[in-house]
Amino acid sequence: MSQNVEKVLDHFKLFREPEYKEMFKNKKENFEYPESDEKLVQVRDWTKSWEYREKNFAREALTVNPAKACQPLGAVFAAVGFESTMPFVHGSQGCVAYYRSHLSRHFKEPSSCVSSSMTEDAAVFGGLNNMIDGLANTYAMYKPKMIAVSTTCMAEVIGDDLNAFIKTSKEKGSVPEAFDVPFAHTPAFVGSHITGYDNALKGILAHFWDGKAGTVPALVRQPNNKVNFIGGFDGYTVGNTREIKRIFDLMGVEYTVLADTSDVFDTPTDGEFRMYDGGTTLEDTAAALNAVATISMQEYCTEKTLPFIGEHGQQVIALNSPIGVAGTDKLLMELSRVTGIAIPSTLEKERGRLVDAIADSSAHLHGKKFALYGDPDLCLGLTSFLLELGAEPIHVLATNGNKQWATQVQALFDASPFGKDCHVYAGKDLWHMRSLLFTEPVDFLIGNTYGKYLERDTGTPLIRMGFPVFDRHHHHRYPIWGYQGGMNVLVKLLDKIFDEMDKDTSGIATTDYSFDIIR
Amino acid sequence: MAAKLRQIAFYGKGGIGKSTTSQNTLAALAEMGQKILIVGCDPKADSTRLILHSKAQDTVLSLAAEAGSVEDLELEDVMKIGYRDIRCVESGGPEPGVGCAGRGVITSINFLEENGAYDGADYVSYDVLGDVVCGGFAMPIRENKAQEIYIVMSGEMMAMYAANNISKGVLKYANSGGVRLGGLICNERQTDKELELAEALAGKLGTKLIHFVPRDNIVQHAELRRMTVLEYAPDSKQAQEYRTLAQKIHANAGNGSIPTPITMDELEDMLMEFGIMQKEDTSVIGKAAGM
Repeated sequence: MSQNVEKVLDHFKLFREPEYKEMFKNKKENFEYPESDEKLVQVRDWTKSWEYREKNFAREALTVNPAKACQPLGAVFAAVGFESTMPFVHGSQGCVAYYRSHLSRHFKEPSSCVSSSMTEDAAVFGGLNNMIDGLANTYAMYKPKMIAVSTTCMAEVIGDDLNAFIKTSKEKGSVPEAFDVPFAHTPAFVGSHITGYDNALKGILAHFWDGKAGTVPALVRQPNNKVNFIGGFDGYTVGNTREIKRIFDLMGVEYTVLADTSDVFDTPTDGEFRMYDGGTTLEDTAAALNAVATISMQEYCTEKTLPFIGEHGQQVIALNSPIGVAGTDKLLMELSRVTGIAIPSTLEKERGRLVDAIADSSAHLHGKKFALYGDPDLCLGLTSFLLELGAEPIHVLATNGNKQWATQVQALFDASPFGKDCHVYAGKDLWHMRSLLFTEPVDFLIGNTYGKYLERDTGTPLIRMGFPVFDRHHHHRYPIWGYQGGMNVLVKLLDKIFDEMDKDTSGIATTDYSFDIIR
Repeated sequence: MAAKLRQIAFYGKGGIGKSTTSQNTLAALAEMGQKILIVGCDPKADSTRLILHSKAQDTVLSLAAEAGSVEDLELEDVMKIGYRDIRCVESGGPEPGVGCAGRGVITSINFLEENGAYDGADYVSYDVLGDVVCGGFAMPIRENKAQEIYIVMSGEMMAMYAANNISKGVLKYANSGGVRLGGLICNERQTDKELELAEALAGKLGTKLIHFVPRDNIVQHAELRRMTVLEYAPDSKQAQEYRTLAQKIHANAGNGSIPTPITMDELEDMLMEFGIMQKEDTSVIGKAAGM
């Protein structure tokens, strides 16, 4: 045996030992009905062809590796952004395990969330009893200040009525009458995680502003000069929110970050476990009604929330994950416009530094071809930044992007000389992206961790950006918004460009005439 | 070894008399010495009332809800014995307006199969509510369940419409599984040209009118006593009708056809052919009587 008590091999080494190689070979020959190696190569090569691409894009009834998750994930993400709030997902247990593990794997933090654990009986009779017991248990065990309820497919298919269920639960004494239990229906088979974020956030704001499901009078808006900020579903929420707060503080703008997840996904290790940390206070959430304006950094994460806020009398500003110089300019100018506060010189200097950095590296960025996929707003922000750098975002794909999104991306292409060969793909998946990368190759791919399969398959180097990123640590701590954030993204791009340049010139006595110290 | 288990199901528009017809027919089959199991697939749990002389209180799902899960149930808790040793099980289901009754049917049937409820029976009969509104109510016609479907209908337009819809459900499963349409049972409503219409519809659907059950008030008298006619008035003419129907079903021996459902237009054309609706007389559509 290749390992013993003294010498334990990990999985990297163990399965390379001869006995395992032999086992895999036998398994393939005896149980997998293998095709010949020639056939494998033939089919694999065919899937790289234009002919295959056309068939692939004619696909109607099948999705392969969609670059999106389901609504309740977004609802849970939004809910934990409020002070001492426990997300409560009404439905089956396994779904909730998925949201928790997904968030934990990305942020490397514990993710607290409960389920009403509906079983077959609940599917038949409705989940009222699960709601009654679940709310009572959550309240007793985890002592939250608020429980934010969302739903999985199961509860939605059978039509459970959250409003009525929560009312009944309160009547039965699960939680005190005045305890805050906002809710949102988040059918997982509709939309994506960004839809769920939107529904949950709107549910929470509606709860506080519109009279807590008819139990108290609706609030009356008493305008002040504060600004509300909504980050949207964001894998960089820790770094981004802190950067935005820094900018607001520099400007002297009074603000409320709604659904502030920056602390709960970055709790310190100091001997104290924090089930809840940070988050928008419930008082601030209610008072957010009075703000002069609300800025959403991700329009497609707030498609319902923003109009809802607008109807309550505020100015609303929808941005698309602004990244880079022009994007940040727009954010700051809007902020200055609605508050009447001038942009301070500190920020002007930061801008100048980013412009300087871009100019320093422009020779390496100019004309580089990129493919990118992700959530609609992130794609818009990155597309705009790449064009600003003189790079070409050749393929831009969002599975949860719609026609309006595609029009927006196309408008960015049309406004730049670097956009003329670029195409946008709304509603397509990563198997479509594979065809694109084979038939119209690019220099780099930008996407989340799942992009590593495309990288391996097509040989396109992957720059990890988006959600989830499971296989690289701590990037969520660094902002991509603001001039500083733009700097981080620039460095991410350049690091990969130079790594690839080194790899490409490292052949001893063949290509290393360009294996340079200075780039 | 006993003869092969026959699994049959009764479908039809709500209120058409499915449960009454099925229970009377099954009582007649029991009279012929057949061992019968009735599986009521209706949340109202009234498919076995005439056999048991009472509405079944202990449905599979109500007991499962009490016990906490279906796994905690025993077969004897839910199985009741009625007239001529007919075994009765009601799936039950949620209160109107909550939960998912369709899922309840699936849960119950799985429970019954897993716990050997069908052992020793000659016939299992599923009595399913109204229309095949969702996958759950199609459970009895999936593979390895009912092989013969009998649709209870009448000469009323909507009953025929429902019969056609049910045929669509049967067709869907006929190709993947082995389910067949055994025939139509017309429960007389004394509408115009009822027998002819029923026969014509059967023809269009590629099946046959297996029996025309005449209307007889004795059925009401028996129902008020929570009895089948077979038990209440075994010598009556109506009891004989059900015996005839039972013999025809028994003689059908598991055969049936793959239905050929028609469109709504074809259905209306058929009514015109029989003069129930006037051809080209679109002026009557939407007009109240006496206008």
